Amino acid sequence: MTAPVVPDAAGAATPALRRTPLRWLVGVDRLAVAGAALLALIVLAALLAPWIAPHPEDGGSATHPLEALLPPSAEHWFGTDQVGRDVLSRVLYGARTSLLIAVAVLAISGGVGVVLGVVAGYAGGWVRDVIMRVTDVFLAFPALLLSLALAVVLQPSVTTVIVAIAVTWWPWYARLTASVAASVATRAFVDSARCLGVPAPLIVFRHVLPNSLTPVLVQLSLDGGGVILTAAALSYLGLGAHEPTSEWGLMVQQGQSLFTTNWWVVTFPGLAILITAFAFNVLGEGLRARLTR
Amino acid sequence: MSVLSADAVTLAYGAAPVVHEVSLAVDEGGVGLIGESGSGKTTLARALLGLLRPRSGTIRYGSRDLAALDRSGRAEFRRAVQPVFQAEALDPRMTAAASIGEALTTHHRMSRAGRRARVAELLDGVGLDPALAARRPHQMSGGQRQRVAIARALAVEPRLLVLDEPTSALDVTVQARILDLLEGLAGGRGLGYLLITHNLGVVGRLCRTSHVLFAGRVVESGPTRDLLVHPAHPYTLALRDAVPRLGGEPPRASGRTEAAPAATGCPFRLRCPLAVDRCRDEAPEAREVTGRRVACHRAEDVLERALDASRWRGGTGHPAHHIQKGH
Repeated sequence: MTAPVVPDAAGAATPALRRTPLRWLVGVDRLAVAGAALLALIVLAALLAPWIAPHPEDGGSATHPLEALLPPSAEHWFGTDQVGRDVLSRVLYGARTSLLIAVAVLAISGGVGVVLGVVAGYAGGWVRDVIMRVTDVFLAFPALLLSLALAVVLQPSVTTVIVAIAVTWWPWYARLTASVAASVATRAFVDSARCLGVPAPLIVFRHVLPNSLTPVLVQLSLDGGGVILTAAALSYLGLGAHEPTSEWGLMVQQGQSLFTTNWWVVTFPGLAILITAFAFNVLGEGLRARLTR
Repeated sequence: MSVLSADAVTLAYGAAPVVHEVSLAVDEGGVGLIGESGSGKTTLARALLGLLRPRSGTIRYGSRDLAALDRSGRAEFRRAVQPVFQAEALDPRMTAAASIGEALTTHHRMSRAGRRARVAELLDGVGLDPALAARRPHQMSGGQRQRVAIARALAVEPRLLVLDEPTSALDVTVQARILDLLEGLAGGRGLGYLLITHNLGVVGRLCRTSHVLFAGRVVESGPTRDLLVHPAHPYTLALRDAVPRLGGEPPRASGRTEAAPAATGCPFRLRCPLAVDRCRDEAPEAREVTGRRVACHRAEDVLERALDASRWRGGTGHPAHHIQKGH
């Protein structure tokens, strides 16, 4: 008996639709698009800071004592700070610092967490037990406290902030990925790869990892806002970025005592933190709605 | 020497065994393994594929113990024995070409062009348009997916396939065409296969020998034709009578089908219409009854019933009879 050469009818004629990422999001959630657009705008502002900042030199150590604490005006839209630097310029440069921290923390903690998690989830047994117990130890500390302790021990700097947050952040991704990977590992296509004799490391990184990533990506985008808030908190407490680096948390700390008399010094960096964290959250929620059914 | 065999294999995930001392052998040609969900048939398939170690007993590839194979022996086993699963055998993120290509390059080096040509050839061999190579699983129908999975299994030129409910996720017409394909492949290449299913009609068509599994035990085994036409175990009888037939009364489940397997005595007794005191007190040993092995104290009575029933139906009304015409 020969097999019929006609392919099965159902589903035969569905050419892959070409979708742009933005259109793909619009189909589901306008709020997510707003979040993505807002975030794109912030990234753009950060990248172009040296060209669009009205006073690029104010992003660093310049001082203009004669122009200290001027209220918002046509010359200085967001006013000037205690040493006469343009607040708008510093907010724009601060976006660079905050986004750099967010990207670095998410890349490091996401990378470490996902790799450990996928190995634990696929291997099971004692490998899983060892990795998960180490994870539990890290999770047992309150995150901010551990970051604080680390930041105190290390020299205050942007790098310190990145390390201190990444250390407390990765266990969440490890735990999430491990549980997803453990369920992916039971699916038939993984058994099918094992039956072919595909070596375990290849199975993990070729089949299990790509199929475990969706919830992690959602979590990463939701956490972007949290990282920026934590970084701002560390700098606010004097454990992170320091003068003359433009950093939103540091600016808030320096401007807070002036709030009643010179509100603009603290308000604009504060708003920048709020809006960026909000953009990450909205995007993450949108992705969650779209990707996890 | 059979290609793949199980000798008194007991399998367990936790404390309680799921499969008890099952023995069977698969050669060139088809062997059926029939049982309802929860009977342990998929667990047994996983063990035969080397994905699960037996708690006791041996699984042999040729004459060698699967658990004791060295590296090269294991690679040889991987090429020789391939699965076809019920569904999801293809990575949802891979195209058909990538899935089949993975099978091609796991054991051999192959040029890109050679691989593409071989993928097209394999797709053609399972009755698919080679243009489907660029599709991902969600862009294909269930039947197409299953054909790609078969092509992938055949890519390593195995000697034996373990088919675990290969058509259960498909609708009836597609199911029939996949069975045609498997029948053609097996006949054409001298391929052995173990066909695992809950559907008696399917084994009737493709397997000369069959084993019926209930609660992890083989309750009856023998020529498929005999099992279907006149079962000697009440469970086989119940399975047979559950196959719907055209023009007949709708099938009715016999006995209390929801009852869990009994812990003592005969595991089937709580669902058995013929159970007597002896079935409660004494677990039946497998014994020889008219050309098959059956584990039932009342096998002779079951046989008589089954023959009676066939006579009442004039010996023609049942699908089992149509199914067997080919043999």
